[in-house]
Amino acid sequence: MIRYIYGNELQNWPTLARGMFRDRATQFHDRLGWDVHVDEAGEERDEYDAMNPLYVIWEDADGRHGGSMRFLPTTGRTMVNDHFLFLTDGVRIESPLIWECTRFCLAPRPEPRTAAALMLAGGDIMTGFGVKHFVGVFDGLMQRVYRRIGSSPDVLGETGTGRARLCVGLWEYSVEARGRLSEGSGIPEHQSRDWFEQAFGHPAKRDVSHAA
Amino acid sequence: MGSVAGTTSLNSILECVEHADTLTDLQQAIERLRDHFGVDHIVYHWVSADGEQYGCGTYSIEWVSRYLEKTYLRVDPVVLGCYQRFHPVDWKRLDWSSKPARDFLEDAIAHGVGNQGFSVPIRGPNGQYALFSLSHSSDDATWDEFTSTHHRDLILVAHAFNRKALELEPGRAQEVAQALSPREVDAMTLLALGYSRAQVASSLSISEHTLRVYIESARHKLGALNTVHAVARALSRGFIVI
Repeated sequence: MIRYIYGNELQNWPTLARGMFRDRATQFHDRLGWDVHVDEAGEERDEYDAMNPLYVIWEDADGRHGGSMRFLPTTGRTMVNDHFLFLTDGVRIESPLIWECTRFCLAPRPEPRTAAALMLAGGDIMTGFGVKHFVGVFDGLMQRVYRRIGSSPDVLGETGTGRARLCVGLWEYSVEARGRLSEGSGIPEHQSRDWFEQAFGHPAKRDVSHAA
Repeated sequence: MGSVAGTTSLNSILECVEHADTLTDLQQAIERLRDHFGVDHIVYHWVSADGEQYGCGTYSIEWVSRYLEKTYLRVDPVVLGCYQRFHPVDWKRLDWSSKPARDFLEDAIAHGVGNQGFSVPIRGPNGQYALFSLSHSSDDATWDEFTSTHHRDLILVAHAFNRKALELEPGRAQEVAQALSPREVDAMTLLALGYSRAQVASSLSISEHTLRVYIESARHKLGALNTVHAVARALSRGFIVI
């Protein structure tokens, strides 16, 4: 299932958190050879993890990290504005209606539906929080995954070659893409929506108007 | 809830926010905004790192002093639930289950805050954090209809207030006025000349989706509500010349 967890709540999810940071080390450090920091526990973290991002995590049937991505609002500091302006024509992408999505990561042997489930969750964020676009930083392998699951971003620019290839791309809400993701992952759209509602509160269960 | 006038009226309120020189000006703007949306209250609330509270809003003086006197900041589910977050929140979705939270709610309703609310948490530069909240007395269906209709406008207005508050903050470091990048200037200029989005995208050799993102970024930097207002502002401020 999909979990939505802010950075300051990760302590309540030790298995998922450890799995996520370790799988990130495997993907970005070991497999792609990026110059990222891996600590003694084998966990990869960067400065943006310290900014209380919102993590969207696929938790597999055993309760382990299957894949994840990280969101930050573009009104604060973001990776794309700090480091990749040369890939956006020099445009600082900044708006409360645009969120940044980075560190999209899959566990070494993920369930096949993991990537699609995460992108479905991205659509729930857009409709649930009024977000119009995501700007993402991702690697070349991920680009292929996005294409395969039918949720290709619009690539603004890319740098590096081979394993070091890195892209900046944009997503916006698409009903068609959502249908493809749901079909491909076998996760009904209402199920995805339920996970979102579960994370951010069921209004029916906390009816303010009757509480007083 | 009263009828909500069009974006023209909202835009003129945003102009007032933009031109505000003092907290008093912001206070007038927030009162107009409340009337515009026809809700009971709107509050912009910034709690600084050292616990200093700052802002403007339409709550009664009695409620504001009671809130301070009772140190409700420590139990208010809106503050607790939004702190360090960045997604907009309907108050119904917060955790009101504890006894202090329920007592707080009862007191708030008794002071006319309303039984419904919607808050936009704002994460500004350097860890700055603020909350922009609307509250109202109505049934769930009416409130849900209102918040879903105005969802994005509420987010944009919240950020407009925050931008001005940052500017008015006493002792704040001088910041360079936010300029548009050459690419954004190109996009806005072509739009101002009456080109269609497809034509602009093609002239700039970018996709229409990329163009939408550049326009959205420019809109935010110009503090406008929509593309038309953004182009008008870019022109009036001399960012673009046609």
